Amino acid sequence: MTGTSVRPRRLLHPGAWWIWSIALAAAALRTTNPLLLGLVVVVTAFVVASRRSDAPWARSFASFLRLGVIVIAIRLVFQILFGNRIPGHTLFTIPELTLPDWAAGVSIGGPVTAEAIVGAIYQGLRLAVVLACFGAAASLCSPYRLLRALPSALYEAGVAVTVALTFAPQAVIAARQVRDARRLRGRSERGVRAWAGSAMPVLEGALDRAVALAASMDSRGYGRHGDSPISLRRAGSVLTLFGIACIAVGCYGILDPGAPAILRLPALGLGAVALVAALLLGGRSHHRSRYRPDPWASAEWIVALSGVAAFVGMVIAGRNGSGLDPSVYPLEIPPLPAAALIGILFAALPAWAAPIPPSFASVAVPTGLEVAA
Amino acid sequence: MIRFDHVSFTYPDATRPTLFDLDFEIPEGELCLVIGSTGTGKSTLLRAINGLVPRFSGGLLTGRVTVDGRSTESVPPRELADVVGFVGQDPAAGFITDMVEDELAHVMENLGVAPDVMRRRVEDVLDLLGLHELRNRPLATLSGGQQQRVAIGAVLTAGPRILVLDEPTSALDPAAAEEVLAALTRLVHDLGITVVVAEHRLERVVQYADRVVIVPGAGERVIVGLPAEVLADSPVAPPVVELGRLAGWSPLPLSVRDARRSAPMLRERLAPLAPHVSDQLVRSSSTEPIARTTDLHAGYGPVTALRGIDMAVHAGEVVAIMGRNGAGKSTLLAHLVGLREPLRGEVLVQGRQPHRLSARDVVRSTGLVPQDSGVLLYHDTVAAECAAADRDADLAPGATQTVLDRLVPGIDQRAHPRDLSEGQRLSLALAIVLGAEPPLVLLDEPTRGLDYAAKQRLIAILRDLAAAGHAVVLATHDVEVVAAVADRAIVLADGEVVADGPARNVVVHSPVFAPQVAKVLAPEPWLTVAEVSRALDLLAGSGASA
Repeated sequence: MTGTSVRPRRLLHPGAWWIWSIALAAAALRTTNPLLLGLVVVVTAFVVASRRSDAPWARSFASFLRLGVIVIAIRLVFQILFGNRIPGHTLFTIPELTLPDWAAGVSIGGPVTAEAIVGAIYQGLRLAVVLACFGAAASLCSPYRLLRALPSALYEAGVAVTVALTFAPQAVIAARQVRDARRLRGRSERGVRAWAGSAMPVLEGALDRAVALAASMDSRGYGRHGDSPISLRRAGSVLTLFGIACIAVGCYGILDPGAPAILRLPALGLGAVALVAALLLGGRSHHRSRYRPDPWASAEWIVALSGVAAFVGMVIAGRNGSGLDPSVYPLEIPPLPAAALIGILFAALPAWAAPIPPSFASVAVPTGLEVAA
Repeated sequence: MIRFDHVSFTYPDATRPTLFDLDFEIPEGELCLVIGSTGTGKSTLLRAINGLVPRFSGGLLTGRVTVDGRSTESVPPRELADVVGFVGQDPAAGFITDMVEDELAHVMENLGVAPDVMRRRVEDVLDLLGLHELRNRPLATLSGGQQQRVAIGAVLTAGPRILVLDEPTSALDPAAAEEVLAALTRLVHDLGITVVVAEHRLERVVQYADRVVIVPGAGERVIVGLPAEVLADSPVAPPVVELGRLAGWSPLPLSVRDARRSAPMLRERLAPLAPHVSDQLVRSSSTEPIARTTDLHAGYGPVTALRGIDMAVHAGEVVAIMGRNGAGKSTLLAHLVGLREPLRGEVLVQGRQPHRLSARDVVRSTGLVPQDSGVLLYHDTVAAECAAADRDADLAPGATQTVLDRLVPGIDQRAHPRDLSEGQRLSLALAIVLGAEPPLVLLDEPTRGLDYAAKQRLIAILRDLAAAGHAVVLATHDVEVVAAVADRAIVLADGEVVADGPARNVVVHSPVFAPQVAKVLAPEPWLTVAEVSRALDLLAGSGASA
C-alpha cells in the first residue's frame, strides 16, 4: 500500500465488496471451528486495513468488531444461566432453580462445565465473525453506493431503508444534545429519571429530521411516477415481494444443511425468476436513469470470486468429512481442514487485487462542535 | 411564473390563518425577497410554492397556487421537481446521498435525465457554483457555506425555472454568505431563473432584490412592491436604509455603494463629533476577571478546534466572539460552561474549573443559551418550563416567570414551547438561564432567525445584564449586533485569537466584520444608526441654541 501502483485510484464496484463479504459470511456460517473463524476475521481485517478509504463511513469496522465481542459475551451469559447441561469438567456451580413439571426441559442454574463454555464460545464466535464480514463491507463502501447499483425498480425501497438506517446515528446526536442541554439546565445526568426525561426530546428531534429529509426528497422528485399506469406498478410490487420471499426461503435451505431439498435450489430459482420479471416490469414503469454507473472490470471479478472461493472451500471441506464442527464433548484441539484453509486464504486476495480508493482529502470539519453548544 | 390566487392558509389547531388572502404574481426572471417579523409565515409562503404546504404540514389551504401553469392542488411536489427547486433552512438535513457529485445528480436520476446530459449538467453546476474542487468530497466534511452551495446545486441540476430558498445565509459567516449570494445573483442574471428568498438579514440581500414581499402576519394582507418603495416605511429595514431615512436621502439607498454616494455631506457634518477609537479598554483594572482561559487547547480526535486561547472576561462587559464557521466559537463557549474538558491548558470561572463542577453548581456560575435554544426546552407548557427551572436551580417559585415577564411580557402560559415564535422561544430559554442569576452569561448565535425588532429587544436585555454586573459573552456572525452591543470583540481564526480589543477598534476597518454604517461613513468610526442619530440631535440642539 505504498501507492507505487500505476493503476488509477478508483472505488471498486460496491456489488463486488458485498458478494465477497456475503460469501465469507456464508462460509463462516457453515463452521464452528475457531481456527477457521479466527482466520476469517484476520482476513477481513487485513483487507479492510489495506483497501478502505479515508471517508467517514470507513471507520465503522472497529465498532462491528466490538459488537461481535458483546455477542459472544451475551451467548456466554445465556449458556451459564440457561444452557443445557453438557457433562464434563465442572468449573463451578451456580444455584439451581427447581421449576414446576410443566416447564420440564428448561433448566436454570446448575454446574457449568468447561465443555459448555467452549461450545458457547464457538457459537458466539460464529455470529461475531458474520458481523465482522458485514462490517467489512460497510466500511469498504458506503451503503449509498450499493443502493446506486441496485436496479431502478428496487431503488425506492432501498432509499427508504437507507433513510431508516440514518435514524440511529441521528438519535445518537440528538441524545448528546439533550444530555448537554440537561447539564445546562443544572440537572444531574444520571439515573432512570434522566433517561425518561430525555427520551421524548430525542425522539422528537430525530422525527423532525426525518420529516425534513422526507420533504427534501419529495421536492427533489423522489418517487415520481410520471405517467406510468398504476396496474403495471402494482404487478411489479407483488412480483418483487414474492421473489424476495422465495429467495429468503432458498437461502435458509442452503445455509441449513438439514432443510428439505425443495427449499434449496428450486425455491431459489423460482425467486430469481419472479425477481427478474419484476425488474423487467419495473424498468418499464420507472423513468429513472443512472449517473456514472460503476464499471465491473477484472478487479471486481477477482474480489467477488475470491469470496466465493472461501465458500466453496468450506463446502468441499464439509463434504470431505469432519473438521468444520470440532467436538466439544470430549474436548479436542480443533483440526485445520486444508480445503477450507486454502479457500479463506484466497479471500485475502482483494488486499492486493482491488484498486486503491481515491483520497477524499477530507479536512474533517467536526460536526459535533455545533452540537448544542 | 408563480401566481397566488386568493390564497389563505390555516395550520391545524390554529385559530387564525397564517397566510391571509395572498393575491399576487412573481414574474419570470426576478429575485423576489420575502421579509417579515419572526413567525409571520415566510417559510409557510415559500413552502406553498411547490406544495410542501399543505402536503407536508397539514392544515387548510384555500385559493390556488399556480406554478408555471400547473396548480399545486393537483400535482404533488415530486412532480414539480423539474420546475421548482426548494432549499430548506438547514441544508444538511436535506442531504440524501453522501458524496457531493452524487448529491448533485440525484434529482436528475429521479427525473430520468439521459446519462450524457446528466454528465454535462453536473459539470455546468460545479462550475457555476464554484464547487469543482469539492466534487469528490463526502458531504459530512463540508463547511456551512459549502453545504449551502451544494444544496443549491443539488436542485439546480434539474434545470428548474424557479429556485426557492429559506434563509440561505442565516447560519453563515459574512464571507460565506457573500459566496452564496454571489452565486444566486449569477443565476438570476445569467440564467434568468426566478429566485424567491426569505431572509432576516436584509442588509445582506436587499440590494440584489427586484421585488419585495412583506408578510406582516396576524391576518393582515401582504405588501408587494419595489424594494425602495416598500422599504421607505417598512417596519423592518437594514441599517443602510435607516441611515438613509435619518439623513433624508432620496432615492433611498439600498446598498453601501449607493449610500456612500450620498454620504459626503453627512460625514462632514458629523466629523466634529466622531467617536474616539482607542486601543485601551476602559475598565477598572483592579477587578478580578470572572472567567479566564490560559493556553486553552481543545479538539476532537485529530482535529484541534482551539489552540492556545488566552482570554479573560470581566464583570459588566459584553464580549463578542467572531470568526468563520468552524473557527472554534462554539467550542470555546462549551468549555466555559464545562460541557467539554480541555485537552490542555485551563479554564477558570470564578476560580473554579467548570467541567469539574456538578451541573447544579455550574448553572449558578455560568448560563449558556445554545445555538438552537429549543434544546433547552422540554416541558409541554411555558408555565411548566418556568416551574421546572425554579426547581432545578433551587429558586423561589415564580422567579423564572418574573424574569420572563421582564423579557417579553404577555407570553401565553399554556402555550407549548415548540409553538412559540423563534424570538419568544429564545426569550424563554434566556429566562431559564438567567433565573439563577449566573455572573457569566453565554449566548451562541442568539440572533439567528430574529427580526430587527426582536434584535433590538435582545440588545436592550444584554445591556441591562451588563449594567447589573453580569459578564456577557456572545458568539455571533451578526456584525450589526456586535456593533450595537459589544464593548469588546475577539476574532477567532482556526482556533487562535487573531484580534482582541474594543469592539469599535476591531470591526470598524475590517472589510468582513464592519457594519454597514461604518462602511458608509468610513473613515469616521461610526458603528450604528442610533449613534449617528444621537450625534445629529446634539448638532441640532447646539445649532438651535447658538
